[in-house]
Amino acid sequence: MDFNLSKEHLLLQEMYRSFAENEVKPLAEEVDEEERFPVETVKKMAKNGMMGIPFPKEYGGQGGDVLGYAMCVEELSKVCGTTGVIVSAHTSLCGAPIYENGTEAQKQKYLIPLAKGEKLGAFGLTEPGAGTDASGQQTKAVLEGDHYVLNGSKIFITNAGYADIFIIFAMTDKSKGTRGISAFIVERDFPGFSVGKHEKKMGIKGSSTCELIMENCIVPKENLLGAEGRGFGIAMKTLDGGRIGIAAQALGLGEGAVEEAVKYTKERTQFGRRISQFQNTQFQLADMHTQMEAAKLLVYKAACKKEAKQPYTMDAAMAKLFAADAAMAVTTKAVQLFGGYGYTREYPVERMMRDAKITEIYEGTSEVQRMVISANLGVN
Amino acid sequence: MKNILVCVKQVPDTTEVKLDPKTGTLIRDGVPSIINPDDKAGIEIALQLKEKTGAKVTVLSMGPMQADVAMREALAMGCDDAVLLSGREFAGSDTWATSSAIAAAIKNLPYDLIIAGRQAIDGDTAQVGPQIAEHLGIPHISYVAGVDVEGDTLIVKRDFEDRYHIIEAKTPLLLTALGETTEPRYMTVGGIYDAYREKEVKVWAYEDVKDNVDPANLGLKGSPTRVKKSFTKPVKAAGTLYEDISADEAVEKIISKLQEKYII
Repeated sequence: MDFNLSKEHLLLQEMYRSFAENEVKPLAEEVDEEERFPVETVKKMAKNGMMGIPFPKEYGGQGGDVLGYAMCVEELSKVCGTTGVIVSAHTSLCGAPIYENGTEAQKQKYLIPLAKGEKLGAFGLTEPGAGTDASGQQTKAVLEGDHYVLNGSKIFITNAGYADIFIIFAMTDKSKGTRGISAFIVERDFPGFSVGKHEKKMGIKGSSTCELIMENCIVPKENLLGAEGRGFGIAMKTLDGGRIGIAAQALGLGEGAVEEAVKYTKERTQFGRRISQFQNTQFQLADMHTQMEAAKLLVYKAACKKEAKQPYTMDAAMAKLFAADAAMAVTTKAVQLFGGYGYTREYPVERMMRDAKITEIYEGTSEVQRMVISANLGVN
Repeated sequence: MKNILVCVKQVPDTTEVKLDPKTGTLIRDGVPSIINPDDKAGIEIALQLKEKTGAKVTVLSMGPMQADVAMREALAMGCDDAVLLSGREFAGSDTWATSSAIAAAIKNLPYDLIIAGRQAIDGDTAQVGPQIAEHLGIPHISYVAGVDVEGDTLIVKRDFEDRYHIIEAKTPLLLTALGETTEPRYMTVGGIYDAYREKEVKVWAYEDVKDNVDPANLGLKGSPTRVKKSFTKPVKAAGTLYEDISADEAVEKIISKLQEKYII
């Protein structure tokens, strides 16, 4: 068991860090304050191969592995939670289901531009009445000749305002329950498809989170992803992989907060000394660092198991559960260590704390992760 | 143009270097190594020319085996091939011995254009690039801010402090590149995977170049430089610029300044 990163991964880490420092960090505050989707960063990330890391070159990807991809989300999230989730949602929730379930024609038409970063992807499962209980899909899809007609709405869809390609889940046969749900590849300009209002959120404010509305939306028959009725399984499998991305985002947020707190406490003086010289401060930082190191091991392990095509559902759930809770705790402590300054928007830690909260909620709440882990333990 | 060689050096990141408070010398342990910034600009110029002409870009370095990482980085940026000249025979080289060794390696490779960095951030001599050109008997242009190509002619911009030259030149040619005027591209993710999975760094030893060089010019023994003293240069002041004055006024100003400082 070698816990060292390979030379290849060390070089990737260097590249991601350099990109994050120079291209992402300078915009992070503005992206948050103005709730602005960083379009220019997405273009740069596409140019450098960051929008299709784990997909094979033949499909426009970088021929990389899951760990290399997770590390990218991690390093981006250290400086900007918004930028991290843009890559994660695009790669794990749109590119991946097409790669894993699509026909050759669908991969050629959709995966290639997604992997190249020429088009942006999104995933539409959540509905007003179907969150944790994803099986309660109300969006319907009816086959009419050579196309399906979709009616319904989705909420809280990441990347929605800027995505070109959406994986949409809809009920094709209500009588079959979860086995009546199907997945579709929907293009933004399909008739009857529109993107609704942008959600004002607590954190990841630059992330474009919107409603999707389908009103007699026409989807060609060949855009059915996987077989009819297999949609729920595709959604669950896709979320397994997505959890590694979000766990990596949480990991990055927590690590970024620890780095900022270490730097600040070494500079700030009170009572005639650096506050880093107080044992209370030292012990807090020790705990924060240890939590994020533990999270890192869980995230990297889940990534490596997925890469090795071993069952990784439980590992991904544990990684996401632990990393998200750790990120929330660590970023909160970081604000505390900064004192009054940490509460102001002059310093990045309050943004990191606001960004961290969503990692305990989306792509399966921490409660859902516990359901998955206990099911895998055989105790449900 | 078919072949471009880029000479690079792996150096300690001097922005990270700390001084040992006891000895006053640099602490090199744990200091990250980077591709010398001027050399990285050279890689960028080479890759831009590759995009315009389809030339093959080979990166070349002389150094210990740890310089492999720098080679991989260059490959990941888009270079096609990498050669690392490494061996005990080259250890302790000054600029003369370094340029002799590198020129010897270059004699084994096809080239139209060679690009080196202006100077390394650890040695700061700016000698190796021009020396290589002299060993090879080819012309060189230093302080290069940019290069364009028109047919078989290179249009080279050479920078000075207060002006620049545009020079037309033909290959074979050596250029030394400025880090401050050329922004190097990032490695791409796929480039990094390829650098480690698809490409190789060819390691050459003394055996591979010995026919091209007199061994008396290699390594510590082949280095005529002797370091007499190391000290921090006093900071050069910006100076004062007097513009729009007549020659007579200028003479008066200069004389009064020299008198002020008791030089005359």
